[in-house]
Amino acid sequence: MSAVIRPQFEPAIGRYLRLDIQGKPHRLYIEEAGAGIPLVCLHTAGADSRQYRGLLDDAEVLARFRVIAFDLPWHGKSSPPAGWHKGEYKLTSRAYVDTIMAVIDALGLDKPVVMGCSIGGRIVLHLALEHGPRFRALIGLESGAHADPYYDLDWLHRPDVHGGEVCGAMISGLIAPTAPEAERWETIWHYMQGGPGVFKGDLHFYTADGDVRARVAEIDTGKCPLYLLTGEYDYSCTPDDTRDLARRIAGSQATIMEGLGHFPMSEDPARFLGYLRPVLAQILKRDSKS
Amino acid sequence: MLLEILGLGALANDKPWLMHRGRFLDVSFLLEVGDAAYLVRIHHGRVEAVEKGPFVMPRWIFALRASEKAWATFWQPLPPPGFHDLIAMLKTGALKLEGDQHPFFANLLYFKELLALPRPAAAQERAQ
Repeated sequence: MSAVIRPQFEPAIGRYLRLDIQGKPHRLYIEEAGAGIPLVCLHTAGADSRQYRGLLDDAEVLARFRVIAFDLPWHGKSSPPAGWHKGEYKLTSRAYVDTIMAVIDALGLDKPVVMGCSIGGRIVLHLALEHGPRFRALIGLESGAHADPYYDLDWLHRPDVHGGEVCGAMISGLIAPTAPEAERWETIWHYMQGGPGVFKGDLHFYTADGDVRARVAEIDTGKCPLYLLTGEYDYSCTPDDTRDLARRIAGSQATIMEGLGHFPMSEDPARFLGYLRPVLAQILKRDSKS
Repeated sequence: MLLEILGLGALANDKPWLMHRGRFLDVSFLLEVGDAAYLVRIHHGRVEAVEKGPFVMPRWIFALRASEKAWATFWQPLPPPGFHDLIAMLKTGALKLEGDQHPFFANLLYFKELLALPRPAAAQERAQ
């Protein structure tokens, strides 16, 4: 008689979703776990949904939230659209907002919470402006209204420099020095696996197209609460950038997270959850009153 | 600090993984710590020589320049935000990069690890 095998599966289930985005057919990879309030998680530039592996494996969160993380087109296990080889990838605010709304509609999510990091932290500001009432709350991680490029982005995509090596190396310092080694290098690995030019294309949104400084004061946190969490070691979106953003948006709540950098949910999931749980508790409390 | 820089070869060359990372790297670069200048010569990832200036006509491919205080902060066991990484220091202007940047960016992880070796935390790891 053979022994009973009990595979050590995590709770997350990964599936592929067919949908149209801006009139084009797409195939996106989505992971989810848990039940309750939908919590849609957006990865950083040049990475993928694996950044949320800690959240997708946390029993306490999964007891109250349906955590959903998808890979943007071109990222992770999502495909680029047909014809990708005939043009340069450049993420725009319009495409990013339309993609997120298309996923939410395709899944039929009712008033989800959306949490995004870096470019995801920026796009939640656009979501607040364009579709605020459709969300229960928005959470911006490493969120600022704009970012100036601080190196020549061409280094990220050229044939005489290995894209994976340079993208991983470029972001390694955005991780706090206190991060556990395994989580640090997993976070770097995701960057090393990005497609050619994808990180750079995302940064087009981050450093140019997505500048939302002129409009953030219009965000109505009465319609949709906005929480901002930024790591103290983040020099891409600095704590000062987030404080500046919070000053511009009445009613937003900003927290600077000690011992964390630009990828809090991935570089040190346990420490990050210590900061996220009180935010989720506020969302649940507000939800139970309404 | 001075001894650590002159001893960079001793810190680096017994690390097989760092040598592997730099196996295609042949370069001489200038490292400035305040007024003190060092020429670091690397061949196949090995630190072949570290010479201390002043130099009459130094030849180098790229230069990294920062104040003595900035490097001392970078080499603290747990550096404060902004001084924990070469790119962070480039962003704030604490570090200047000049010359041909190609070998620096093509081997960025190598240079980040090499120049972090004088950190006491790295020294503890070496002792183990």
